[in-house]
Amino acid sequence: MAFLEISDLRKRFGSLEILKGINLSLDKGGFLVLVGPSGCGKSTLLNSIAGLEPITSGDIRIDGRRVADLHPSKRDIAMVFQSYALYPNMTVEGNISFGMEMRKIPLAERKAAIERVSKVLQIGHLLDRKPGQLSGGQRQRVAMGRALVRDPKLFLFDEPLSNLDAKLRVDMRTEIKRLHDTTGTSMVYVTHDQVEAMTLATKIAVMRDGEVQQFGIPSEIYNNPTTIFVADFMGSPAMNLLPARVENTGGSVSVVLARADGDELRLAVGEEKGKLLLRGPTPNLIVGIRPEALTDPAGADRHAKNVVEAECQIEVVEPAGSDTFAVTRLAGKDVVARLRGDALVHAGQKTFLAFNMDKAVFFDPATERRIA
Amino acid sequence: MAAKDHSMTSVAIDTAPEQVTRTGIRRRLQDALPKIVLAPSFAVTLFFVYGFIIWTGYLSFTNSKTFPSYALTGGRAYQRLWTWTFENDPPSSWYTSITNMGIFGLLYIGCCLALGLLLAILLDQKIRGEGFLRPLYLYPMALSLIVTGVAWKWILDPGLGLEQTFHQMGWTSFHFDWIKNKDFVIYTVVIAGVWQASGFVMAMFLAGLRGIDGEIMKAAQIDGASTWQVYRRIIIPLLRPVFLSALIVLAHMSIKSYDLVVALTSGGPGGSAWLPSNFMYEYTFRRNEMAVGSASAIIMLMAISAIIVPYLYSELREKKS
Amino acid sequence: MTVLDMDVSDAKRMARMRVINRIVIYGLLGIFAVLYLMPLFVMLVTSFKTMDEIQGGNMLALPRSPTLDAWVKAWGQACVGLTCNGISGYFWNSIKMVVPAVAVSTVLGALNGYVLTKWRFRGHTLVFGLMLFACFIPFQSVLLPMATILGNITRFGITLRSTFGTSFGLGDPTANLAFVHVVYGLGFTTLFFRNYYAAFPDELIKAAQMDGAGFFQIFWRIMVPNSLPIIVVTVIYQFTNIWNDYLFASAYAGTGDAMPMTVALNNVVNTSTGVVEYNVNMAAAMIAALPTLIIYVVAGRYFVRGLMAGAVKG
Repeated sequence: MAFLEISDLRKRFGSLEILKGINLSLDKGGFLVLVGPSGCGKSTLLNSIAGLEPITSGDIRIDGRRVADLHPSKRDIAMVFQSYALYPNMTVEGNISFGMEMRKIPLAERKAAIERVSKVLQIGHLLDRKPGQLSGGQRQRVAMGRALVRDPKLFLFDEPLSNLDAKLRVDMRTEIKRLHDTTGTSMVYVTHDQVEAMTLATKIAVMRDGEVQQFGIPSEIYNNPTTIFVADFMGSPAMNLLPARVENTGGSVSVVLARADGDELRLAVGEEKGKLLLRGPTPNLIVGIRPEALTDPAGADRHAKNVVEAECQIEVVEPAGSDTFAVTRLAGKDVVARLRGDALVHAGQKTFLAFNMDKAVFFDPATERRIA
Repeated sequence: MAAKDHSMTSVAIDTAPEQVTRTGIRRRLQDALPKIVLAPSFAVTLFFVYGFIIWTGYLSFTNSKTFPSYALTGGRAYQRLWTWTFENDPPSSWYTSITNMGIFGLLYIGCCLALGLLLAILLDQKIRGEGFLRPLYLYPMALSLIVTGVAWKWILDPGLGLEQTFHQMGWTSFHFDWIKNKDFVIYTVVIAGVWQASGFVMAMFLAGLRGIDGEIMKAAQIDGASTWQVYRRIIIPLLRPVFLSALIVLAHMSIKSYDLVVALTSGGPGGSAWLPSNFMYEYTFRRNEMAVGSASAIIMLMAISAIIVPYLYSELREKKS
Repeated sequence: MTVLDMDVSDAKRMARMRVINRIVIYGLLGIFAVLYLMPLFVMLVTSFKTMDEIQGGNMLALPRSPTLDAWVKAWGQACVGLTCNGISGYFWNSIKMVVPAVAVSTVLGALNGYVLTKWRFRGHTLVFGLMLFACFIPFQSVLLPMATILGNITRFGITLRSTFGTSFGLGDPTANLAFVHVVYGLGFTTLFFRNYYAAFPDELIKAAQMDGAGFFQIFWRIMVPNSLPIIVVTVIYQFTNIWNDYLFASAYAGTGDAMPMTVALNNVVNTSTGVVEYNVNMAAAMIAALPTLIIYVVAGRYFVRGLMAGAVKG
């Protein structure tokens, strides 16, 4: 049995169903990230695990124990909040020890625990300060300390980095990852930032409208999205999703995209995928190509079997230092290609781009589900 | 701690139901606790506010005189008030009260708004010593209406106050005896009332002015608007919500004002300064016409509700969405 | 050359305009300041004058030989109706009524605000709406039933006294008034705390719940320590309102030894026996005004905030 098990969890507010039968599980020591746009139910799901919101039906088990009817403080969990939720009237030390005080742990033990945690998080010099006197990163650390001191079975994080500036966010992300590696505690983490999801998770659940769209390990979510929504949501810049038509010409299957000048662009997809596409429900489909699968020919993946080179009109060039992003137009949409940083392209110029069709994914536009 | 160890060592599923019922009862109590805490206050409000309003309403349909009587006798009290409403020669007490209410309400609200806005705009001109001046306009709000009445009674007294002072200063033709004049006494109530409350309206407008984005002012100035135009075309329209709040508060204070009339005029010559609140008190406790007094209280309540209920309803609804 | 000249004269004219503008603004503000201060000034100087000086003199003139006689007399000997023991007793009546009424209504308001924002239940808006509307009713519409109830309680208290030798405080007019002010002040205190706690982050409550704190522990350990500003606002607002009340005071303690300050002051001023002693009247008015004036001077900021919170529901 998995360490955290959520089965058929439902939550209703009147006639509004916020969680529509969630099934998830996490092994001991795992890092589960719940990701999705705002309003998808990820925070409600986290609050349900924490016991801060009652559930309508279903079951939550932590380490084999049903917790659905237990008070939050009895579930052996700890939580780090988006606003950190530090008690403004207490010192850092008071904040960390409050929970232990509530559980009537003797003073000496509390002192020892605080010392241990403040060493791990390097907040020893802050213990006498009030939260109002701390910087964003320090507050974050204290919030983690308050959670850590409980030595919980399960750590919950509710968008803990969203109030930090960009640089600090990256630092704290590393910190959380290190914390996970050193403590080995199981964690559940909510974010709307797919980069955080990819970097931290051992398992990702992509959520939308109260449902889990896809649940799997990060590489699977990234490379094999099962729905258009997941493909679009994960990855930055986002995957290019282009309407196309399947054609079978003389044993070779290709997808055909409309070009801006009225011509057509043919992309051969290889034998394996071709078969799947021909068996698909409709000749019209959506092709998904990630920007890194669309490069300058010199930078293309040498191990890929199906690479199609085609001349494209470049409309906008966005140099980003390590990479250069070039925007062209296909099938009536802006298409982003990721070139090497030193690639010589200019806006208005025609240049050859390499389409790595091994990495391309195909969706049924009607069901928005993956065909191949 | 022991319970946790127990559940961990034995099979979790076995202990689960027992645990659920035990924590279930405690949890239900926990869940009910907030309501239990709120209940006394809410019950007190229901009984002492809404229950009493119904009680007063009931009494207004009886013929209670000195003591409450609980036999319903129909709307005679309202009928009498209705007849008195048109009895203006000589004016009935009710006629005087409601005409006074009209005069007082309009002038009090109008003057407070105008004066409050003027003072707020003047104070908003980056004034040196604003912190010193502002409290001077606002302090009357800390005084009770009784103290206000006592002070102004003295100032407006023809033999002692302003009139006497001007006479001494050589302006012997100055004549100001409104407080003793049954046709003008209500205006002295307006003067004292405006003095007491206009500083508060100033504070509301000033807070409103400070809440307006300074960049709007800058943009308007770059557009070539004069200071006057900026105020007339941009600032004052933006203060609309403050006008509304001030209007509500002032309307409510004017309908409830009772103390000021008592302290300043003792009701005025022949009750000529009465407001409906004084009418209610006098008829209920002094003239032994409890039913009529109750009916007038209900009419006051309905007048205030007509203003307050839509306001509160919109406030609470907005908060929800 | 000409252009430059024009610029210079333009600049001069603008500078002159600005000076005139400033003079007008400061002039108006000064005139209003004098007008608003005048009544307080008149009260003060009159209270330090002798009767001889008042009768022949100018009300704005400073006292020729300032004396505290009027204050001493107002405090210790002024006549309220037929008793001439000064207003000191009534001053303490007001204190005895105000302190418990403010304390109880503030504590209840804080608890109500806490429940209505952090422990919401179905229909919480309706409950709050009903309590809020109670702030705005004309108290005339509850005056009579309350008088009836208080009359019954008083009679019951007398019965208790004749049987047990003590009324257990039932029917004591000061206790009655304190109770009335708690009942009709609840709406305001609840409103203040509700609006303050609505802006108090929910996550703090969740964090405390996870830490194992219960309903009252969260209230005392987390909410109350962070509520100082609103407690000050509420206490000041309630103190001012209850101290200054006249309607309830005159209806339920309008005669006898139990009168609060406002009623006593009105009686002092309207006592018609003998010569009217204006200096004593003014001294009595000043004494009645002092507690709220002192609060205003010391904590004006919170005073204004309370008025605003009571006015703008936000």
